Order: sequence, then C-alpha cells, then structure tokens
Amino acid sequence: MSASVIELQGVRTRFRDQLIHDGVDLVVPAGEIVALVGGSGSGKTTLMRHIIGLTRPEAGSIRLFGEALHAGQLAERMARRRRFGVLFQHGALFSAFNVGENIAFPLREQGVASEEEIAALVRLKLSMVEMEPTHAALMPAELSGGMVKRAALARALALEPELLLLDEPTAGLDPDRSAAFIELIRTLHRQLHLTVILITHDLDTLAALASRVAILADKRIVSHDTLERTLALDHPFVQRFFHGQRRRAVMSADGEG
Amino acid sequence: MAPRIAAASIRAAGARLELAGDWSLNSLGQDIGGIRRTLAQASASTEWDLGAIVRLDSFGAILIWRAWGERWPAKVSLQQQHRRIIERAATIPADALPRTAPFGPRAAVVALGDALLGFVDHALHFIALLGQLFLDCIHLLRNPRQFPLAEVSAGVYKVGVKAMPVAAMVGFLIGVVLSYLSSLQLKTFGADIFIINILGLGIIRELGPVLVSVLVAGRSGSAMTAQLGVMRVTEEIDALAAMGVSRSQRLVLPKVFALMLAMPLLVLWTSAVALLGGAVSAWVELGLAPSFFLETLPRVVPIANLYIGLLKGAVFGLLIALVACHFGLRVQPNTESLSASTTASVVSAITIVILADAAFAIATRTVGVVA
Ligand SMILES: Nc1ncnc2c1ncn2[C@@H]1O[C@H](COP(=O)(O)OP(=O)(O)OP(=O)(O)O)[C@@H](O)[C@H]1O
Ligand SMILES: [Mg+2]
Repeated sequence: MSASVIELQGVRTRFRDQLIHDGVDLVVPAGEIVALVGGSGSGKTTLMRHIIGLTRPEAGSIRLFGEALHAGQLAERMARRRRFGVLFQHGALFSAFNVGENIAFPLREQGVASEEEIAALVRLKLSMVEMEPTHAALMPAELSGGMVKRAALARALALEPELLLLDEPTAGLDPDRSAAFIELIRTLHRQLHLTVILITHDLDTLAALASRVAILADKRIVSHDTLERTLALDHPFVQRFFHGQRRRAVMSADGEG
Repeated sequence: MAPRIAAASIRAAGARLELAGDWSLNSLGQDIGGIRRTLAQASASTEWDLGAIVRLDSFGAILIWRAWGERWPAKVSLQQQHRRIIERAATIPADALPRTAPFGPRAAVVALGDALLGFVDHALHFIALLGQLFLDCIHLLRNPRQFPLAEVSAGVYKVGVKAMPVAAMVGFLIGVVLSYLSSLQLKTFGADIFIINILGLGIIRELGPVLVSVLVAGRSGSAMTAQLGVMRVTEEIDALAAMGVSRSQRLVLPKVFALMLAMPLLVLWTSAVALLGGAVSAWVELGLAPSFFLETLPRVVPIANLYIGLLKGAVFGLLIALVACHFGLRVQPNTESLSASTTASVVSAITIVILADAAFAIATRTVGVVA
C-alpha cells in the first residue's frame, strides 16, 4: 500500500497578524511513522489540529485517506474521524469520567461491542499502556502526569485506528515507560499497519520509531527524510536540535565513564 | 488508502468456518448481528480457517477468542501475525474491572448519611469562610494599603453597573403589574389612595431587595462560582497558594465587598424604577397624578423602610457572595462537579436570601410600619 494517508499542500495559518505556517507541504504514505519535529511554538500542535479537522487553515488543502478533509455528508465526515486516534498534548481526558469510562467511551459510541466485550477491551488497552485494572476506577484528577499520558494513549488506541496522531507522547514518562511505549507503538504498527504522526522532542523515541523525520522550521516543512539524511542536513535548526542534544548525551556518557 | 479492504465476512462450509476480510471494529460494525449468529453456531469440532483475514484488531480477536470458548480449537489455520494478536487478546486478565456497587437498601442508608454529613460539612466550611473573611477584614484594617481596591471597583462595575438595564426592565414591569392588580381591587372599595401605601411599602421594603437578590444570584453568583470552579479545575488556585497569596483575600473578599456595595445601589435603582412603573400604572388606571404620587409617598411610607431595604440589600449581597465563593471553592476538579456546584450555588443563594428575608421581617416588625 503506497497510497498517502495525509497530504498537506500549501497550508497557511495566521493567528491575528502572526503567521505560523506559510506553505506547509507534507505527504505521509500509509504505514509510515513520521516524526514531526520543530522548535517550541513552531506550530506543530496547530498543524495537528488542522489535520484532524478541528481548525481550518487560512489557505491550502488537506487530504486525509485520499479524500478532502471537509468533503462529504456529516456521516462520512464522522466515519472519517473514527479512522484516526489522537493523543492530545495535555491528555484531554474527560474529567467527569473515570479512566475506564474514558477508554470505553469511543467504543460505546460505536455501538458494536457488548458491555462485556468493552470491559475486556478496556482491560486490554490498560495492560497495553502498563496500567493496572484497578486504575480504571480513578478519576483523571487523581492521576499523575505520566498516567494521564498513558490513559489518554489508551483512549486514542481504543478503536485501533489506521492513523494515530501523538502529540508528545513520551513527555512526562520515565525512561523505562518511554521504552515500553516505543515497543508498544512498534508492535501496533506491525500488527495493525498503522500510520503514525509523532510530535516529539525526545531523540530516543524519534530514533527508535521514526521511519521519516519532518522538520517544521521557518514556517514550512524544511525537510522530510530519513533520520540519517536529516542529520546530515545543513540547517541551523537541525544542527541545534540534533547535534546539540547529541553533544549533551555524549558529554553525560563521558561523565559517567 | 486506495485499495479498500473488503469488509469482514464469515462463511460456513460444512464443518468449516471461513473468516475473511477486515476483522476490525469499524468494519465488523456493519453486520455485527449476523457475524455473532454465525460464530455462535460453531462447536468444538468446527474447523477454523482464518487465513483470509486481512486485518485483525483486538475487538475481532476477542470476538473470535470468545467464539472458541476461550481456548485454542483443535483445527485452526491462521497467519502467524494474527496468531499473536489473538494470543494477546487471550492474555486479558480475567479479574474484572473494579465495579461500582449496585444501589440497594444499604447504599440508600449510606447516601442519606452522606447527605447529612455533607450538609454539616458545608455548614462548617461556610462558617470557616465567614471567619476567614472576618480575619481578613481585621488584617486589612491594620494594613489598609493592601485593600484590593481595583478588584472591588471592577466587581462593582460588573455586578452593579452592568446589571442596571435588566434590573430596571424587570423592576418597571413588576411595578406596573403590581400597581394594576392592586388598583383594580382598591377601586371596588373606593380606596384608590392606598395604592401609594401598598406600592411604597411593598416595593421599598420587600420586593426591591428580594427581586434584586434573585437577579444578582442568577447573574453574578453563578458567574463567581463558575470562575472559582474553573480556577480550581485548572489548578490556578493552587498556583496562587504556592505564591503565598491568600485566596480568601484575593478572590473572596473583593467579591464580597463588591456585592455588598453594589447590591444596595441596585436595590435603590430597581425600587425607584419599580415605583415609577407603579406610578405610571396608577395614573392610567386610577387617574392619580404622578406629582401627587411623589408628594404623598414620603408621608405614608416612613423613611425607615428605605433604610431597611438598603440594609437588606447589603446583607443579601454578603450572603450571595459568600454562598457563591463557598461552592466555587469546593468544586472538585471535574466538569460534572463544576456544573453541580454552580446550580447548587444559585439555588442555595436564593433560598438563603428568602430565609434571611423572613428573619428580617420578624426582626423589624415594629419598625417603619404605621399601625
Ligand atoms: N488559539 C490560538 N490563538 C493565537 N495564537 C495561537 C493559538 N494557538 C497557537 N497559537 C500560537 O501559534 C504558535 C504555535 O503554537 P503550537 O501550539 O502549534 O506550538 P507547538 O509547535 O506545538 O509548540 P510546543 O512544542 O511548545 O507544544 C505559538 O506561537 C502560539 O502562540
Ligand atoms: Mg504543541
């Protein structure tokens, strides 16, 4: 399958008189894990909100699964939305529901699975993100920061969608959990032929998962390539982002040795 | 994706069940009933062919696993990757999710007790809030420069000035209606002149303050509760506390002062407009000239009634602000609690104001009424 899941063309975004994106082009083929990288405030989250149709860019076109994002009847648009899962940067769990109900919510909305099957699925999703079944009864306000992330990930995975958009999934996780998360995404990717858009600042996650790296800088995608070729790129942001962090990592390794 | 995968299908061929296509939640949903029925026909000797399944997700795996009676059937053929997905579904811990206990007689007793204790808890918290307010006032008397003047003045503008149009409209209409209905009755007795006594006493002493309280509780009390509640949800109150800023001094006190200042002014304004409405109606209905109305009013309604009305306004303002802050500060960090608290705040504020009004009526029964 080589068809593209996401196609962005000439996307331009402006908040009042501040230009955020100016001609963003990005094509994500099916089955890829694309890491979207950019400085803080460069507009990664905003771009993700465009992709899932929460906001509309000032100019440019967005195609999802080969169809224009806002095309079709309400039912078609809703069906399209069920084909992707989103992990928001701050979790966005429903605060009035406990963790189990949060994960069960998209499943219930489908109206396909029985209550018993939903309970089994919820247990499965919880174990996928390494949470205990007893955590299902906790309210979002009672969770730690990392648990919020994992519960939100479990909810994003509830429908096991074809496209997964993850906004900083490993921020706030300990290294052990980050590694487990990487393993989980890799497994899901293999088993379900997922396409994943991964917004991250974490080099480990990026190096372990990304089949391609898209760099958002200067209001555009300046590069969309494999990690090796991205590393060789001569762009100030790339130099600072990758080589700055790498140097630090090397230095700390020296310190231990 | 261009090559759309065929939807989930299941076909019985003798003792064989052939599963094919997209066995994921979205696709299975198209004919889940039929698929469940066919799966239910399977027996221990059924031969399973899963080789043609293109996509399998956890839901599909659970469906199949349950159809198998939660163990691997004797005869089954499937792709290696799908085997792993079903194996994963098979490892779902059997212990159920924690369940909420069903509602029974015991739960009813517990709920009743909870409600009672909750009421006591509310009362204690309310008293503590009042005490804290008192302490804050003493603190401010010692350090007058810390008085939150800007917040109070902004509050007076928000709850007072901005409420003037709606208060005037409601007051005017009530005045007109009250005057019209009373004058119809008075006319039959030939006691037209008493319309001034009735309107003057009724509006200045009773109706004005209560009417304004109901308006302000609905308009500003709910807003205060919601504001404090959202600050609780977004941890802004915790951030304030971490900076060493007293939440009662910065959040509660300005609201209380603003309402205590704005309410008497609003009462004055609303009563005046209501009397105007009453005078207009009396003029039309009974032919009482407005100038005569104005002249007679101070003679038949002692000035003490106005003082009582204004005092009531200040006290009701205090109560509404305290109730609003009380419920706002007790919001749990979730949206359900926010909406429940806002409702409770408005309902409690109005109820408490009416209770206080009754107390006022008893306490001032000898003041300002010509026997
Ligand atoms: N609703 C909004 N109104 C005005 N400006 C906004 C809005 N949302 C985002 N912005 C601005 O757009 C820019 C990009 O924001 P965005 O949240 O997309 O950044 P980001 O790349 O996700 O950063 P981070 O890595 O810190 O999450 C920022 O400068 C932000 O101030
Ligand atoms: Mg962001």
